[in-house]
Amino acid sequence: MHDETTQRQNWWQRIAHPGQFVAWTTPLLWPLTALTAALFALGLWFAFFNSPQDYQMGDTVRIMYVHVPNAWLSQFVYAVMTVSALGTLVWRHPMADVSMKAAAPLGALFTALALFTGALWGRPTWGTFWEWDGRMTSTLVLLFIYLGIIALWRAFDDQLRAARVVAVFTLVGAINIPIIKFSVDWWSTLHQPASVFRADGPTMPGSILTPLFVMFFAFTFLFLALHLKAMHTEVKRRRVMTLERRLAQGVQA
Amino acid sequence: MTMLARELRLALRGGGDVLTLVLFFVIVGAIVPFAVGPDQTLLAAIAPGIVWIAAFLAMLLGLERLFRPDHEDGSLILLRHAELPLSAIVAAKLIAHWLVSAVPLLLASPVLAVLLAMDLDAFGRTLLSLLLGTPALAAFGAIGAAVTVPIRHGGLIAPILIAPLSVPALIFGVGAITSPQSGSATLFLAALSLMAVALAPFVAAFALGTAED
Repeated sequence: MHDETTQRQNWWQRIAHPGQFVAWTTPLLWPLTALTAALFALGLWFAFFNSPQDYQMGDTVRIMYVHVPNAWLSQFVYAVMTVSALGTLVWRHPMADVSMKAAAPLGALFTALALFTGALWGRPTWGTFWEWDGRMTSTLVLLFIYLGIIALWRAFDDQLRAARVVAVFTLVGAINIPIIKFSVDWWSTLHQPASVFRADGPTMPGSILTPLFVMFFAFTFLFLALHLKAMHTEVKRRRVMTLERRLAQGVQA
Repeated sequence: MTMLARELRLALRGGGDVLTLVLFFVIVGAIVPFAVGPDQTLLAAIAPGIVWIAAFLAMLLGLERLFRPDHEDGSLILLRHAELPLSAIVAAKLIAHWLVSAVPLLLASPVLAVLLAMDLDAFGRTLLSLLLGTPALAAFGAIGAAVTVPIRHGGLIAPILIAPLSVPALIFGVGAITSPQSGSATLFLAALSLMAVALAPFVAAFALGTAED
């Protein structure tokens, strides 16, 4: 009976063991990295050489190919963290809080890049680096939430206890995501409304849409590769911390 | 109810705290004219924002005593195993916190109204928006305080966590004073407070419970 249950573990239970997780996902790392590099090469070639200038914005439209994927990731990473937070609190999956912790700095980085490239784009097109419009403000709030989560992680000594507390806060902060999504519809100030994912199809020509999608996937795979690597690092860091603690206890005894 | 009485008694015994908060609130408001210049029309224009910032900061200061003393002397553990659910206890603490930190600010706000050259109409709307908005601030604050209780020096982290959550309360709070359609902002503010106060005890109790074991 007991043997049967240990053999019948599905993949979900198997990756629950941190060592197993690292062993199972390490082979994924190189293909992911290669795919990311290839997508970036293709996407940047499209973005720089094989896409038209905008009739209004000229060459500055090319900032979009960096800005939009970063803005997408700023929210996608938070969604990953929200799911991980649920994984920590509901299923108590050991890898969920590793995933949550590894994602936070990446999310903060992508959000900061989205704001930065947005400012660079806003200056020539709107004539301002910053405007307190709905989407920019809610994205800035998202950055603060990311930084708060990182600060909260770092304030705890006990990472397992920190995981559940951070998970609670992550779920509270998730309220902001739909606000960002709908901010352009609720407060139509400066930021243009959704133009790619619409019920009636995208409003852009294919020549611009292709590089955008390639860059979109390039950045998403970049995140997946970095996230996986960061999770491995976190698992190893915890192993080192456990060893150190054991060593300290051994010395005391 | 007993819980509420206990909290109020404790807070009033350390009466200095309440006074400090009120003083802080007034001083933040009073320092602004020195920073931006004593121009009466300018001051009147930015007064709602100043009052809200001062209230927000003062409420942050008071958060430390919401759960931390109980955590440090161990009574939080006793409370967790009390007959009442922890969320009910947190709700009582939240009400007590609002009574001893927000209500004194409301009482002190006429001083700021005079210092910042507000007219009677604007002051009335400020009072209303503070009355409606401070419960939301207290509720978000309770979540932040509960999350940071296990951290020894959590006092600095809590404001960082709470500030982004409090942005909507500030937007609608100031909107309820200044904007031409202040009616809808007032309603939004009231709705926000109701929702925050209804949900915060559960979230905070959950955070307290999960952090302890």
